[in-house]
Amino acid sequence: MSSATSVIEPVVFRWHRAEIVAIAPVTPHVTSVRLRCGLAAAYRAGQHVDVRLTAEDGYQAQRSYSIASAQDGSGTFELMIEGLPDGEVSGWFSQAAAVGDHVELRGPIGGSFSWDGPDGGPLLLGGGGSGVVPLLAMLRRRAQGWRQIPAALIYSVRTRAEAIALAELESLAAADPNVSLHLATTREAGGRRIDAALVGDALARLGPPGKVFLCGSNRFVAAASDLIMAAGVAPGLIRTERFGA
Amino acid sequence: MVTRGFVGRRQPPETGARLPPGQYLTDDFPILQIGPNPAVDLATWRFTLREGSRPIKTWSWAEFEALPRTTWTGDIHCVTKWSKFDTTWEGVSFDDLLADAGIAAPTNFLVAESYDDYSTNVPVADLVGGRALVATRYAGQPIHPDHGGPARLFVPHLYFWKSAKWVKGLRFTNVDTAGFWELRGYHMYGDPWREQRYIGD
Repeated sequence: MSSATSVIEPVVFRWHRAEIVAIAPVTPHVTSVRLRCGLAAAYRAGQHVDVRLTAEDGYQAQRSYSIASAQDGSGTFELMIEGLPDGEVSGWFSQAAAVGDHVELRGPIGGSFSWDGPDGGPLLLGGGGSGVVPLLAMLRRRAQGWRQIPAALIYSVRTRAEAIALAELESLAAADPNVSLHLATTREAGGRRIDAALVGDALARLGPPGKVFLCGSNRFVAAASDLIMAAGVAPGLIRTERFGA
Repeated sequence: MVTRGFVGRRQPPETGARLPPGQYLTDDFPILQIGPNPAVDLATWRFTLREGSRPIKTWSWAEFEALPRTTWTGDIHCVTKWSKFDTTWEGVSFDDLLADAGIAAPTNFLVAESYDDYSTNVPVADLVGGRALVATRYAGQPIHPDHGGPARLFVPHLYFWKSAKWVKGLRFTNVDTAGFWELRGYHMYGDPWREQRYIGD
């Protein structure tokens, strides 16, 4: 393609070989995988990569996974992969993958759902389940030199045990007066789903958002979008990523 | 490059033959879009054909619904890797739109423009000859807003990001002009059978 004058991000997504340098469960269903790969040199928080696995007979399967880390100059990045029932690719990561294994990656993909410090804020983030992963990357990026930008994270998850990076998020919110965490546990006694009061709390702490990123199931993203728009936030500020049906 | 320990889940041959490379079959209907559903009111809905900035013809919802209807059943393929089989869509074919406007396509390319910020480019050759609809019904019902209703472009032989949701018009262009995702690294054409997901594929 050669419409060079109109291309915002002139990129070609080639497949890159990547080596697993660390792998560990972070919740009962989610595995953290750190990969060494040339792609780690440049990416934006919120972006994802395509992962390709190849069987002995040449059969291949691909899936997309969000990057959880912020660029750190290490030549590596972190994915957090939720193991799905019968997950063809996620099952390999949760059951077979080990340090030293190789996979193929391409990307980073997703310029629309991404953030960097110069984009500004305040940042209103809403994550459902493993949809928190790209938002975690944004908070990690913010912590690298953009702490003056206020951020609020609404995080809907079944139980605290299933919450990804909960200790990191809670200590961030406790230590940084510009960050607030609004946890909704949907399957615990005294828990709740995201509702107008929760969104109201987040907006009261944050002030009017400049950027809104929502990621999770369709049900979560639709509910969060409706509540945030009902609270007066302009639809054009909201960017969404959804998975599943 | 073989991945140690990866076996994969093989599809039955009759399924595999219908799946473009890198795709998997889903029974769900996943929803992917850049932001919230835009508020679209049928009372003020309009669909406009333009050449550049010049309007050629505009239809109201009632006028659009009175146009000849075409039904299409088959498989759709999303760049995010899912494919869905045996889907049924109904709407107005691109050919019938041009006929009602009383024109032949004035250029070889167009950009579909939507009620949100979205746009996507498609060659005219991929829309004529019964290959594309502006769809208003899915599985016999009005298209749910989550899936692009009241009307979405429907070009099933290309990846589904080309089938713009909440479409409000088609703008003919002299050259192939990148839309929202095409400006962000996605392929200008998007043929699933050649796995044209991204620039350079």
